[in-house]
Amino acid sequence: MTANAHFDAIDRRIVAATQGGLPLCRRPYAAVAEGLGLAPDEVMERLRRLQSLGVVRRIGAVPNHYALGYRANGMSVWDVEDGRVGELGRRVGALDFVTHCYRRPRHRPDWPYNLFAMVHGRDRAEVADKVGRIAELLGAASRGHDVLYSTKILKKTGLRLRGEKEG
Amino acid sequence: MAATARQIGNGVEKRALSPLELALLNDFQRDFPLDPQPFARIAEALGVGEDEVLAVYRDLMERGLVKRVGPVVRPHRLGWSTLAAMSVPPERLAEVADLVTGYDEVNHNYEREHAVNLWFVVTAASRQDVMEVLADIACRSGFEVLDLPLERPYRVDLGFPIS
Repeated sequence: MTANAHFDAIDRRIVAATQGGLPLCRRPYAAVAEGLGLAPDEVMERLRRLQSLGVVRRIGAVPNHYALGYRANGMSVWDVEDGRVGELGRRVGALDFVTHCYRRPRHRPDWPYNLFAMVHGRDRAEVADKVGRIAELLGAASRGHDVLYSTKILKKTGLRLRGEKEG
Repeated sequence: MAATARQIGNGVEKRALSPLELALLNDFQRDFPLDPQPFARIAEALGVGEDEVLAVYRDLMERGLVKRVGPVVRPHRLGWSTLAAMSVPPERLAEVADLVTGYDEVNHNYEREHAVNLWFVVTAASRQDVMEVLADIACRSGFEVLDLPLERPYRVDLGFPIS
């Protein structure tokens, strides 16, 4: 997917001004609007539209799971039949402890997996338990799986969008 | 701005969260009100005061438990991105990881326990720009880079419950 025509320069400035967080004040949208020389209603309307277009995934509190004690993060990867990956991916994605669930291409022979499900837990035992529940759900449809625990975060930054840049 | 690795590296919260803190963490990970006074709407829903809601969010931010309150943008819609992975021998991992982290187009870079041990997200204006970064990394490091773009989402980050 590429940037689409429904995303204009004003949208881009609003995203650039808010993606690092809304100001924690009584009227945060008005504060953002003032900084951009826009009407408060326009900021809210555009955010609503960007959400319906899927450019904005959600608006809300973004917890720091690591600081909250969820220190283990396991990327579970599964080799499932291509013809069933859609149905199975949706069922795995519906589990409340799965934060991301995607289909990605295989790269045989090194990488046979086509379904990714990210699982968080306080420790590895909790992640392993949750991965076991995915394995139960998939049953014989899973021809192999693995769990990749992150051992080091080498870089993690938000999407850095420049207000003036057109994409 | 999202938390940096350094901020994430801070200690883990020991103190139990209050019911109000839990509600503000869990119930508004999405559907934060698009209303002139969103914190007042949240306060009404929870039966507390607007200033109390604001104070708790400020405190959760200061303690590093909430990164931010605001829109979460789907990167794919603003160009192209992919998940890339490499198998790097342990003795060269630090060097190659530094090389990868040095790219502005790389916004996540994780070391994972596996033969395929370096995992990173590359985001740029177009697919071609992303492919050029992958090719450059492969050329400079001497290791193959797997290109694992999202083909179909079944669940995108909608938050998850804290208990």
